[in-house]
Amino acid sequence: MIEGGLKPRSRPNPYGKRINREPSPLLANSVPYATIVLGSMLPLLLVTSTMPIVPPLGFMMLVGWRLMRPGLLPSWVGLPLGAIDDLFSGQPFGSAILLWSVTMLAIEWFETRVPWRGFLQDWLAAALACAGYVLAAAAFSGAKINPTLAIAIMPQLLASILAFPLISGLVATFDRLRLQRIRKVR
Amino acid sequence: MAPTSSRRSGHSRRAQYSLFTSYLVAAIGALIGAVLLGISLWQPAAMGGVRGAASDAAEPAGRAVAVAREGSGGFFDAIAGYFRAGSQNAGLRKELELARIRLAEADATLQENERLKALIGLTEQDGEPVAITHITGSTAASARRFAYIGAGRADGVQVGMPVRSARGVVGRVLETGSSTSRVLLLTDSESVLPVRRGSDDLVAFAEGRGNGLLRIRLVNLGINPLEPGDVFVTSGAGGYYRPGVAVAVLTEIRPDGGLARMIADPAGTDFVRVEPIWQPDTVAAARQSPDEVLSDAEESE
Repeated sequence: MIEGGLKPRSRPNPYGKRINREPSPLLANSVPYATIVLGSMLPLLLVTSTMPIVPPLGFMMLVGWRLMRPGLLPSWVGLPLGAIDDLFSGQPFGSAILLWSVTMLAIEWFETRVPWRGFLQDWLAAALACAGYVLAAAAFSGAKINPTLAIAIMPQLLASILAFPLISGLVATFDRLRLQRIRKVR
Repeated sequence: MAPTSSRRSGHSRRAQYSLFTSYLVAAIGALIGAVLLGISLWQPAAMGGVRGAASDAAEPAGRAVAVAREGSGGFFDAIAGYFRAGSQNAGLRKELELARIRLAEADATLQENERLKALIGLTEQDGEPVAITHITGSTAASARRFAYIGAGRADGVQVGMPVRSARGVVGRVLETGSSTSRVLLLTDSESVLPVRRGSDDLVAFAEGRGNGLLRIRLVNLGINPLEPGDVFVTSGAGGYYRPGVAVAVLTEIRPDGGLARMIADPAGTDFVRVEPIWQPDTVAAARQSPDEVLSDAEESE
């Protein structure tokens, strides 16, 4: 017997808001790109005069989305998104276009070689990608390459490897946001 | 990582072609990137216009964050001061620090004046600033050290103008957008600044090392007369910076000079002033090739 005479079907429940709803195509397709662009722009707001200590957030978002949702981003996405990153990163223009495109192809290749799945494997792929990216970006930055610079980029390299689980969680949150059932089916 | 079987093209020609095309386009993208990178390294100013427009677009966010950063810095200073020795402590400490720098600069000015009077009695003019503005951002994820300031071409900022804070030199304008400019910080590994020791005429170059320190390289080698704590000020050589502005404090001695810390750390700076180029003629002359100078001289004769 239900108190108050309330019918069980009319009670609010976690599924109530999802019935008769579907994800909005606009949100589902724009969130990955928007979060990657925001990731590219975010380091701009922090002022660091000493060393590059902020991980390359735009690149890490790209890798996060690519590993979590293979096939969602086309493999040529490094060209447009890399161009946007180059505008804000302070690197010579073209550096991110090249490195992001190469990364997309490299992850594709890695996926065919190591066809299992698991978070540690994703982390390994991301660690290799981030380490390669940070080193190559420093080499292409136009700064003088010397042992001092090599030591100076180590904190950033480590931070970008260690921050991957964080980025991964962030991407998962954005993924849930992306697939929110907000559009009513009539 | 999902198994690739979900995206395997199978026997569908259409799927095979579209997969192949996407790889091809990605490879072409990488190639375009490589070409653009080559052009940018060869001609660093090549994409300046687009970059300027992009930083102009991002400027409101940068300005808001700059204001918040300055506000929160003061807020935390106040709390720190309260917990240590009363709320005045933080402010007084800052003032004392500034006074010390001023004292070193005053010594330098005094010394400079004596030297100039001894030469021709030339007096120096402290020009009006071109603009007073915030530091709105920096390239925190790149190995290069650039900062963005909230004043651009529309405010009269031009490439090459020195940027300084209340404490000392911050850097030099490298690229201008219409309402923002990109500043090469002293700590960038491409930055070289002619300096002299504040207490005497010892001249040196302050080079960025890319890790937050400046390398002081003495022009005259021999016995290294430097000592930790020496304050270096701009010498005015090169024509960009007005002489006598604080640059760095020596922290460590090396055989050919030493390592120094920047006095005006942009991360702790609220307002910066963009100053006109001190001696535009000298800068212009330095840009001319020797042949050009020769032909000009012939024409004037």
